[in-house]
Amino acid sequence: MAGIVGYGAHLPIYRIKVEEIAKVWNDDASAIKNGLNISEKTVPGRDEDAATIAVEAARRAVKHAGIPATQIGAVYVGSESHPYAVKPTATIVMEAIGTGNNVMCADLEFACKAGTAGIQMAIGLVDSNMIKYGMSIGSDTSQGRPGDALEYTASAGGAAFIVGKEKNEIIANILKTISYTSDTPDFWRREGASFPTHSGRFTGEPGYFRHVINASKLLFEETGMKPSDFKYAVFHQPNGKFPTNAAKQLGFSENQIKPGLLTPIIGNTYSGSSMLGLAATLDVAKAGDMILVTSFGSGAGSDSFAIEVTENTDGKRKRIVPVSALIEKDRKYIDYSTYLKNRGSIMKT
Amino acid sequence: MEKPSASLWRKIKARYNLIGNECKNCGTRYFPPRIVCRKCGRKSKMSDFKFNGDGEIVSFTKISVPPDTFKDEAPYFVGVVKLAEGPQVEGHIIDNGGKIAIGTKVRAAFRKMYVDGDEGLIYYHYKFEPV
Amino acid sequence: MYVREVAVIGVGLSRFGERWDAGLKELMAEAGLHAIEDAKITSDDVEMIYGGTMASGSFTGQEHVAALMSDQLGFKNVPAVRIENACASGGSALRLGYIAVASGIHDIVVVGGVEKMTDVTSSEATSALGGAGDQEWELFQGITFPGLYAMMARRHMHDYGTTEEQLASVAVKNHDNAFKNKYAQFHKKLTIDEVINSKMVADPLKLLDCSPISDGAAALVLAPLETARKYNDTPIKILASEQASDTLRLAERDSLTGIKATSIAAQKAYKHAKVSANDIDLAEVHDCFTIAEIMAMEDLGFYKKGEAGKAVADGETTLQSKLAINTSGGLKGCGHPVGATGVKQAVEVVWQLRGQAEGRQVKDAEIGLTHNVGGSGATAVVHIFGRSN
Repeated sequence: MAGIVGYGAHLPIYRIKVEEIAKVWNDDASAIKNGLNISEKTVPGRDEDAATIAVEAARRAVKHAGIPATQIGAVYVGSESHPYAVKPTATIVMEAIGTGNNVMCADLEFACKAGTAGIQMAIGLVDSNMIKYGMSIGSDTSQGRPGDALEYTASAGGAAFIVGKEKNEIIANILKTISYTSDTPDFWRREGASFPTHSGRFTGEPGYFRHVINASKLLFEETGMKPSDFKYAVFHQPNGKFPTNAAKQLGFSENQIKPGLLTPIIGNTYSGSSMLGLAATLDVAKAGDMILVTSFGSGAGSDSFAIEVTENTDGKRKRIVPVSALIEKDRKYIDYSTYLKNRGSIMKT
Repeated sequence: MEKPSASLWRKIKARYNLIGNECKNCGTRYFPPRIVCRKCGRKSKMSDFKFNGDGEIVSFTKISVPPDTFKDEAPYFVGVVKLAEGPQVEGHIIDNGGKIAIGTKVRAAFRKMYVDGDEGLIYYHYKFEPV
Repeated sequence: MYVREVAVIGVGLSRFGERWDAGLKELMAEAGLHAIEDAKITSDDVEMIYGGTMASGSFTGQEHVAALMSDQLGFKNVPAVRIENACASGGSALRLGYIAVASGIHDIVVVGGVEKMTDVTSSEATSALGGAGDQEWELFQGITFPGLYAMMARRHMHDYGTTEEQLASVAVKNHDNAFKNKYAQFHKKLTIDEVINSKMVADPLKLLDCSPISDGAAALVLAPLETARKYNDTPIKILASEQASDTLRLAERDSLTGIKATSIAAQKAYKHAKVSANDIDLAEVHDCFTIAEIMAMEDLGFYKKGEAGKAVADGETTLQSKLAINTSGGLKGCGHPVGATGVKQAVEVVWQLRGQAEGRQVKDAEIGLTHNVGGSGATAVVHIFGRSN
C-alpha cells in the first residue's frame, strides 16, 4: 500500500485568547478554558484564506518530499471554507506549486474530515498506478457564529500530505485505512449561510464519539491491532476535551495522544485538525513507531488509518518545518475588533 | 460584478510563483518576464526562470492612502526587493512582526492580494515576508 | 532635421486649483485665449496644435482633447494632436511643437496642456494617476504614486542622510513662492512643523509633501525666432528641448535615489544650448513630491548627489538665490493639473525671462530651465530658455 512521502503544515501568525472573546460576550473565560480545554486559537490574516494556507502547506510538503511537483498526479483540497462556492481551491494549489496541467484536481467537503478522505482517494490512485504521487490537503479558516461556543475554537490552519509508493521515499507506510460513515445531522452549513449550525450536545455522543470510536474499533478488527500496539494516536479535535475522552474510551494513554493534541493551543482547524495532529506526531516519531489516526467529519463519518513510520524519516527530517515551530513563529495576539476585521466581518463602506 | 479576469490569468505563473525569465544569450534574469532582453535586443534568447523568492528589502513604504481596490487593506507595506537570484521586484511586505527595514531578508509567500467585492474574483499573489 | 531656432511668442495660464466653476473647455479657453492675445496672432495664423493631457478620460470621460482645444479656441480646421506622456504630457507636447517649428514644417504652433481632476473622488484620482506607472505590476499591487516616491525618499534618506525636515523645506519654500503667484492653487504659507505633522500618505511622505489634485490649463504659442518679433517684442528663445525614457517600473531602474532619464535629458540639453548647470538662473522642476525636487536638483547637475536636501533647507534656492527653483510655487504650491504642468512651467519661465513675474520676479534672469517628469521617472523632458536680445 502507498505511504506518506512528504508533508507540510501552515498556521497563520495571529492568535486570539479565550479571555478576549469571553470579555465581549460576558462569558466566564476560566469555565470555557476548563470546559473545552482550550486557551487560544489561530486567526487568519486579512490576506489569508483556505487557499493560501493550502498553498503554503503544499509547498512545504513538496520540499519535504523532495520530489518534482510535476510528478504529482492528483491534488485534492478538503475544506469547509473554500474561498469560492464555485471555482476550485485545488486549481489554485496546483498552479501555485507547479504540478503542470496533467493533474487530477478536485475540492472536497466532508466537514472536518475532507482532507483525510482525500488521502484515501490519493492512496487508491497511487496503488492502482493511475498516478505516481497524490496530494491531499486539509485547510480551513473555519467560521464560528459570534457568541456561540464554537467561536472559542473555530480557527485556521492546514496540512498537506503527499502519498507515493517508492519504498525508498516513504517516511510512513499506510498499513490500513477504513471509514465509518452514517447520515447524522450534528452540524451543518447551508449554501449561502455565513455560519454553521450545530445541534448542541447531540454533536457529542451520536456525532463525534459514535464515529470516532467505531471507526477506530473497525480498524483494530481489520488489522488485529490494539491500542498498545500504537506509539501514538491522533483523533479529530473539535476542542481539547473530546479527543482526550475518546482516547480514554478506546484505551489510549495521555502520552500516546500528547504530540498530536494541538487544539488547546491553536483551536480547531477543522479540515486541518487531525492532519495537523498527524504532522506534529510525525515530526517527533521514530522509525518503527505505529500511529493511529482517526478523523471526524460532521454529517457524519470518521476515517481511520494505521501508519508505520519508516527509516527514511530521519533522512528527510531536516527539510521539515515542524508544527511546533509554526505554532511559535511570529505569534501575534489580536483583540476582538481586529479579529472581526481580519475575518472580513467589518469593512470600510 | 463583471470584471475581466484574463488580465490576472495571463500572468498567473509570475504572480503565483515568481516565474520570470532569463536571457540565455547574456544570463540576465528578469522579473516580471520580459519579451526582449534589455541588453541583447534582437539577439535575446528568453527562457522561463523560477525565482526561489529569497531576497532583501531595498526600500519600502507603508501606504496609508490606498487606491479603491485596497481600501480595506490599508495601511499596508510595499517594497522594492532585490532577489538573491538577480532582479529587483516590487511587492507587498507582510507585517509578520519581523523588522521591516532596508536590508531585511525576506522570502516569498502566497497570499490574497485583494478581493473584488462580495461576488468578484479573489486575486492571489506572491508577497514577501521578513525571515 | 534642425533647421531654425524657435521662440515662444505668447503664453497663457488658467488659474490653478479646485475649479468648481470650470470644466475642461473653460480651462482650455482661459489659458488658450490668453496665449493668443499675448502673442498678438489671430486664429488664422495657427498651423498646428499639440495638446497635452494625461487622463482626461478617467477624470472627465472626455477623450479627443486636442480637437476639442482647437474647437473651443475657435480655430477652423487646424490639425490637432493629443499628447499623453503621463505627468510629462505637457512637456512632451511642447517638445513636439518645438520640433514642428524647428524642422521648418510649421510656423505658428499652439501648445496646450490641461487636466480637470477634481470631478472625481481622490481614490479614483489615485487610481487614474497610478496608470503612469506599470499598471500590471505596480498599481495592481496597490503601489500608488506617493508610494513609489516614498520608496525613493526612504532610500535617499538611507543613503545620503536626507531628513524629513529637508523634505518639508521644499514644500515651505514652494508655498512661499506660490503665495506671490495669483494663478497658484495655494495662497497659504506653511511651516516645517505643519508639513511634518500632516497626515501620513505613504511613509515617509505626508500629505503636505505631495502636490495636490488640481484643475488647470496652460498654453504657449511658438514661432520661428527669425519672424518672432513680427508678433512680439520680447520673444523668448528655446535653447534646447530634450527628452529621455527609462523603465516604467521603479524597481527595475539602476537607482532609486535619482531619475536617470532626467540626467540624460539634462546633459543633452546643456550640450545643445551650450550652457552648463551653473548658468541657469531659475528652474521650474517637477516637484510632484518634495523628494522629487531634491532628486531633480541633483539629477539636473545643480548639486552633487546627496547635497540638495541641505541646500533647500539652507535657503539656497529661493527667489533671491543665485539659482531660484520653482518660482511659480512648483507643482506643490501652484498646483499640478498633470497634463498642464509641463506647459505651465514654460509659461512661468517665459514670464521670468521677460521680467513679468510680478512679486516673485527673479532679478536679471537670463536663462531658465524646465523639468517635467512622467510617472516615477520613465519620462523626463528638459527645456532651456533664454532671452533673445
